[in-house]
Parts: sequence; C-alpha cells; structure tokens
Amino acid sequence: MRTVIVVGGSAAGLAAVQALRAEGYRGRILVVGAEPHLPYDRPPLSKGFIADNLPFEHVRLSEPALLNELGAEWLIPARACELDLDRRMLRLEAGDRLGFDGLILATGVSPRVFPGPRPNGVYTLRSLDDAAALRTALGSAPQVAVIGTGVLGMEFAATARKLGLDVTVIGNAPHPLARQFPAAIGNLLAARHRAAGVMLRLEVQVAGFEEKGGHLSGVRLADGDIVPAELALVAIGSQPDVDWLRTSGLPIGDGILCDACCRAAPGVYAAGDVASWWHSGYGARLRIEHRMNATEQAGATVKNLLGAAEDFRPIPFMWSDQHDIKLQSYGIFPDDGEVEIEGDMASGRFVALCHNQGRVVGALGWNAVKALRQSRMRLVEAMEGIRLDELQLTVG
Amino acid sequence: MRVLIEQARCCGAGQCVLAAPDIFDQREEDGIVILLQENPPEESRADVLQAIKVCPALAIRLED
Ligand SMILES: Cc1cc2nc3c(=O)[nH]c(=O)nc-3n(C[C@H](O)[C@H](O)[C@H](O)COP(=O)(O)OP(=O)(O)OC[C@H]3O[C@@H](n4cnc5c(N)ncnc54)[C@H](O)[C@@H]3O)c2cc1C
Ligand code: SF4
Repeated sequence: MRTVIVVGGSAAGLAAVQALRAEGYRGRILVVGAEPHLPYDRPPLSKGFIADNLPFEHVRLSEPALLNELGAEWLIPARACELDLDRRMLRLEAGDRLGFDGLILATGVSPRVFPGPRPNGVYTLRSLDDAAALRTALGSAPQVAVIGTGVLGMEFAATARKLGLDVTVIGNAPHPLARQFPAAIGNLLAARHRAAGVMLRLEVQVAGFEEKGGHLSGVRLADGDIVPAELALVAIGSQPDVDWLRTSGLPIGDGILCDACCRAAPGVYAAGDVASWWHSGYGARLRIEHRMNATEQAGATVKNLLGAAEDFRPIPFMWSDQHDIKLQSYGIFPDDGEVEIEGDMASGRFVALCHNQGRVVGALGWNAVKALRQSRMRLVEAMEGIRLDELQLTVG
Repeated sequence: MRVLIEQARCCGAGQCVLAAPDIFDQREEDGIVILLQENPPEESRADVLQAIKVCPALAIRLED
C-alpha cells in the first residue's frame, strides 16, 4: 500500500492518520478536508466555546508541531466530489484526480434544515464557523428559540441561558433526548432545564418563521402560537454527507453501509458519524454520532485496511453537559428496555440501567462518573448473545 | 517516561482509566482526569500508549 487517502479532516480523519502511523504505515497519506481549518473538536462548540468565549487554540485537536510529525499532506479546503472505484481514483471539486490504494471515508454529517426560505437570524450548528457566527449573533439577540430537543438543542439552550438570554426550546417529542433515553430521564432533564429558566414547548410542530425586514422576529407553531425570537437555532438532526458517493457504486443508505469490519468495498472503509456498519456484537446496524466513536472506529478501520479483518464491536459511549449535569452513557437504550435506577434520582447523582432480554444493555450516569464506569463491565459481559434483529439504530 | 495531561481539554470520558487504572483517575464531580503517577514505571508504557490512543479529547501525551 503506497497511498492512503482520508476524506474528511476532522475527528475521525485525524484519528485515522494517527492510527496509520501508530500501526507502522510509512506510505503517503493525503487528507482531503472541506473545511479551511486543521482538525478541531466539535463538542466544545455548543458548550464552552460559546459560553466562555474560548479561543480557537482550545478546540484544536492537535498542536501544529505534532500534526507535522505525522507527515500527512493536508489538502484543505478541498472537497471530494467523485469516487471511481474501478480506477481507484478520487476527484476533487477543483478538478484534481488523486489515485489511492486505500481509502478512508470520514465525511461526517450535515445539519438537517427546514425547506423553504430562512430569514436572517436562523442558524444551524455544526462547524467552528457556525459557532463563531452564533457567538457573535447571541450578543444582539435577547430572545432565543431552539428548535429540536436532541442533545445539541438542549446543550445550546443551556449555554444561551448561561449567557442570561430568554430561551425557549421547541420540539415535537414528549421530552428531551427522546431518541436516546427513556422518558424518566428525559422528564428529569426537562425539569432541570425549567428550573434554570429555560421554557419548553413540547409536542408541537414548527409551522414557519416570522420576520420583520428580512430578520427573524419569531417562530410560528402549528397551534398558531408565536414564540418571539431574534435568533433561532435549528437542531433537528443531521444527515450523513454521502451525496457525492451516490454514483460511485458504494452501498449507500442512512450513511455509508459497511460490513462488520467497517468495510464498504475492497480497500475502502468508513469511520465516524457517516459510517453505518453491522455491529456483530449487537446483531444490528448502527450509525453513531458521538465523538468517542469517531476515534475508536477510525482506529478499527485502519487496522482492517492494513489487513486485520476484525469486527468492530464497541460499547457506544456518549456524554453531554447541560447546566450542572454531566450525562454519560454506555451502550444502547432500546424503546422496549426496562429502566432500573441505582442510587436516588432526587439526589442528582445516579446510574440508570437499561435491561433488555434479561441483560443490561445500556447504562446512563447522571453526575455519576465513577459509578457509571463500574457498570461498563456488565455491559461488556452482557453484549454476547444480544440479538436486536436488524434494528436500525442511530445513536446520536 | 513522563505523562502529561491537559485537564482543560479532557471531557471526562474515562477511557484512560479503563486503559491504565494505575496511572489515571477521574475527579468524582465532573469526571476530569487526574494523574496518579507522573513518571510511571517502564512496564506501564503499553497501558499509557493505549490510554493516549483511546482518549477522545487527545488530552494525554507522553514524553520520554
Ligand atoms: C456542536 C456539537 C457538539 C457536540 N457535542 C458532543 C458531545 O458532547 N459528546 C459527544 O459524544 N459528541 C458530541 N458531538 C458529536 C461529535 O462532534 C461527532 O461525533 C464527531 O465530530 C464526528 O467526527 P467525524 O470526523 O466523523 O465527522 P465530522 O466531525 O463531521 O467531520 C467530517 C469532516 O468531513 C468534511 N467533509 C464532508 N464532506 C466532504 C467531502 N466531500 N470532501 C472533503 N471533506 C468533506 C466536513 O467538512 C468535516 O470537516 C457534537 C457535535 C457538535 C456539532
Ligand atoms: S480519556 Fe481523555 S477525555 Fe477521557 S477522562 Fe481520560 S483524559 Fe479525559
């Protein structure tokens, strides 16, 4: 193998480069990244980067000197727009054609948006540039609407509240984080947000935006109500960045569809938010939109690209910081799982275990870092033999 | 062998503790990494390298 191309120069892309060198690969590495920045970390963008005005250096994923030592060529900003599997050739938007022996696809996801026109003041949050724009705009927006009750929306709501702004979260789900966690957790989280002064409008649809002179003045709900706001964050989920691969012949669905080794085609692997792969431990197709997975999966794809052929079967891990709560979870929380609380929910420090088919499949820590870590072993032991039957899970 | 941590970068994932429990711990309140041994013995090298590899925040480094 003489040339490996990594498409996407972020968390998974950088981890792939590091893993290639750590595994002893000495050949050429080209990283094609659409953003103008060297790798930076996204989790702080909805938290400290905005709330505490952190500088760019704080979110950088690697010191420039350490990045240099890896000896990869960073083609940024450059966007890949076509993959020719037969000729093993990648084409960039600028016209360049790059040949490869190995290819790692780590293009991540993009925020979903509402169809139709969007007035000034309506934002999404994915990139450093998005966060910088939001940080500035929040300075002149006393009333903020957050559309979406997922992790990103709830974190941003807590951040905007910390800045002293009026915040209303709007969502069609019955409680926050409804896609990832059981109602008991979501309701507790809702109560904590309300106590901090965040207003929640749940189980309502957004009908559109109100504007004055081209700038947002409110969010119109399906029941006719208008939530006044000068700034709205749309956080209604994301879609894998796979459009450019549709003509390539790679299997594409909700992400790049890979086998248990994260392989999409011979010599072609996918890692991070964009990768959907067969988790042979759970017997389910998974796509995980969490930071830890980007690192772990990139490491696994590199080993397999270099010849290992090992199934990637991690225990998914995520965390989220909202107000004074540190949520962390291992594993999965299927809809029909049964929840058991260890500790006292009212005490603000507990672990919630999720049982499914008589086994512990998920564990969530609510300000319980160490207790949660101890539950992790139980998940590892229980994974053998779980069968979730072709469940399509997006953990994100 | 000297281990360096950057607490400001750490997100409290605890992966380092799983990899090298003799060298890393986490603060109870927020899970931020604590270094138990700054100059661990040579036998721990493989564990430290594993911790560096799995840390999602790239908050751990090793100096020889
Ligand atoms: C605001 C925010 C907060 C988050 N907080 C948390 C958290 O608290 N905990 C947690 O576990 N996870 C969190 N996450 C999720 C975590 O950041 C992601 O899981 C992680 O960034 C995934 O890394 P990735 O490399 O797979 O994808 P990305 O980070 O999305 O990187 C993909 C890169 O590929 C580039 N790209 C796309 N298409 C092309 C192309 N055709 N050619 C070249 N380049 C291309 C993109 O521009 C991008 O730079 C958060 C995410 C966001 C946005
Ligand atoms: S693995 Fe990294 S992010 Fe996690 S606790 Fe250790 S140092 Fe912090």
